[in-house]
Amino acid sequence: MITLDKNLCKGCNICTEFCHQHVYEESLTLDKKGVYVPNPKNVERCTKCQICSLMCPDQAIEVEEDDED
Amino acid sequence: MDETKENRFMKYLRRERLPNIFCAGCGIGIVMNTFFNGMEMAEVPLEEVVMASGIGCSSRIPGYVKCDSLHTTHGRPISFATGLKLANPEMNVVVFTGDGDAAAIGGNHLIHSARRNIDITVICINNSIYGMTGGQISPTSPQGSYATTAPYGALENPFDLSRLVTAAGASYVARWTTAHPLQLSKAIKKGLNNKGFSFIEVISQCHTYFGRKNRMGSPIDMLKWMKEESVVKRKADKMDESELEGKIIVGEFHNKPAPELSQINCKLLEDKCTAGKSSAFRSAYQGD
Amino acid sequence: MKTENLFIQGNEASARGAIKAGCRFFGGYPITPSTEVAENIAIFLPKVGGTFIQMEDEIAALGAVIGAVWSGVKAMTATSGPGFSLMQEHIGYAAMTETPLVIVDVQRGSPSTAQPTMASQSDMMQARWGSHGDYEIIALAPSSVQECFDFTVEAFNLAEKYRVPVMVMSDEIVGHMREKITIPEKVDVLARQMPFEGPEEFLPFKAAPDGTSAMPAFGDGYKMHVTGLTHDERGYPDASNPEGHFQLVKRLCDKIRKHTDEISRVKNYYTDDAEIVVLSYGIPTRPSLKAVSMARDQGLKVGFIKLDTVWPFPEKTILEGVGGAKRVVVVEMNLGQIFYEVQRVLSGVKVELLPKIGGEIHLPEEILQKIKLQGGL
Repeated sequence: MITLDKNLCKGCNICTEFCHQHVYEESLTLDKKGVYVPNPKNVERCTKCQICSLMCPDQAIEVEEDDED
Repeated sequence: MDETKENRFMKYLRRERLPNIFCAGCGIGIVMNTFFNGMEMAEVPLEEVVMASGIGCSSRIPGYVKCDSLHTTHGRPISFATGLKLANPEMNVVVFTGDGDAAAIGGNHLIHSARRNIDITVICINNSIYGMTGGQISPTSPQGSYATTAPYGALENPFDLSRLVTAAGASYVARWTTAHPLQLSKAIKKGLNNKGFSFIEVISQCHTYFGRKNRMGSPIDMLKWMKEESVVKRKADKMDESELEGKIIVGEFHNKPAPELSQINCKLLEDKCTAGKSSAFRSAYQGD
Repeated sequence: MKTENLFIQGNEASARGAIKAGCRFFGGYPITPSTEVAENIAIFLPKVGGTFIQMEDEIAALGAVIGAVWSGVKAMTATSGPGFSLMQEHIGYAAMTETPLVIVDVQRGSPSTAQPTMASQSDMMQARWGSHGDYEIIALAPSSVQECFDFTVEAFNLAEKYRVPVMVMSDEIVGHMREKITIPEKVDVLARQMPFEGPEEFLPFKAAPDGTSAMPAFGDGYKMHVTGLTHDERGYPDASNPEGHFQLVKRLCDKIRKHTDEISRVKNYYTDDAEIVVLSYGIPTRPSLKAVSMARDQGLKVGFIKLDTVWPFPEKTILEGVGGAKRVVVVEMNLGQIFYEVQRVLSGVKVELLPKIGGEIHLPEEILQKIKLQGGL
């Protein structure tokens, strides 16, 4: 499960570029702030490596770990 | 918003101050994440951390972090950190600084604190330019690079900060880039755990000024450039100068524990203090 | 420790006063003629569990002092002219962040490096506004070794009370002179105040329009952000807010200005019937007082005002002390600094300056001559 806080996201799309699994896709339309926010479209490919959340300069991404059980 | 769905570092931040002032795609936010990551790896609770910073974009970090912090004068946060640490050695003192702050106006404080090997962790975000004032040349700008105050290219040689601080006497020195968040987190962890002066240099992208002036494109382009041009120190040591032209040498520059100033000072106080008490901890609150 | 009588230098007295007042950190840098303050306190501090550090320059020295203060100790530095110039950056920072600290400035011949081993009072205006911006500080001017001790103790208490940098404006003569002094067993020490509120409610920079707030230490759980930028009551930067900036800076000034009467220490001698008043501060008060008593012996109605605190400027007290006198002679070891303040306050009174630079103190005879000489400068 990936949560993206659109209020914090500034649309740099570092996540889109650096996700090894190409989970994100840059949106094609501007949001209300005038930026192209990424869309975690292919979430099923996510390996929860946390690179996107670690590289998000705006602390806008949370990648939830799976429950142990 | 559901708290469980927030970024895992949000709990360390002054939420009411967000979003931060950094440009979209700035490396400083990445350094914040790697700091929290490294701090968790080092098992240092934020309650034990106090921060000091100077002036510049990088120095705005402490203002977003939920801990005690001094946002000080340009170039001098390490001097404030020295007082913070010596007056309360229990504290884990972290300094956020930049290349202009630490290498130009604060160069003297940097080398002297390294010489003292005082237990402070300095995280220097080196983007080779003055960002906050609008793109002026810095002491780490590569020769020939452009800036508003180097319209015909930088004439001077840049500092190699990690080598400088190693030579000055720091006990832990590492350099990584914002394109290496895992290695950087690990270096920060080691820096926090090292009882002595730790210097972590982070090569970071300022696409707004350095990137624009030097035709390096977007933050993504600059991150890719950093990743591609980085050479790990072990490998770089075997390469000659011409091969290393334009490369970023990353890795551990120095890791050798050495006696640390605040502990040496505590020992002196134990020996000399007639009351048999080694510390003046929070003594300002004692009346007559 | 019992009451002690010692025969020591003014600089050593300052160091001893600091220890008595609870100073437990000193960040310094050697400079003539202040160095003995650092040398002495370097011996004393470890014995009481305090820390001495010689930093790489005066800017760093005051930076370390400010850091130590926020760690919960009382701290000071000592310097002289050129070092005082370097410290101005952090004096402004301390004023803006309301960091209580003490600076002993042992004044020497100036400007620039000028006369390292000679006395002057040429840093008096710099003490007030040497850093950029509107702010207020407190400055005391000792004239004896005993006062070097007493005023340093007082400086720490004033610093804590008003959360402000306090300067002890000593000079080469009083700093290096040896006199017998009495060090009491106990002095009044004002402790720093912790807030009543817990970390969730406490606003570190919220205070009455002319007041200060309590000051927890870093590590106490209050998670304070302290910045030299214009900040709100939480301490958060708020640099583009005109009204917020006005309220903050006005309060920083008013917390001193509106308490001038409480802060001021002024001594009047023979002023009741005086037609001429001599006004001085620091070391030249001693030949001044001598000259005034010589004038009295000659039947002249001369009074004397000694300013123990120079900043905030004790306007009201001076007006009262001068009373109906027609002439005031300001005696100071510079080419006119406090003179202009006196002139401003005493409109309608003839205010004259007896300056002296070069490093030597005024002779009582020179001052007496000036008293007798009508219509000087």
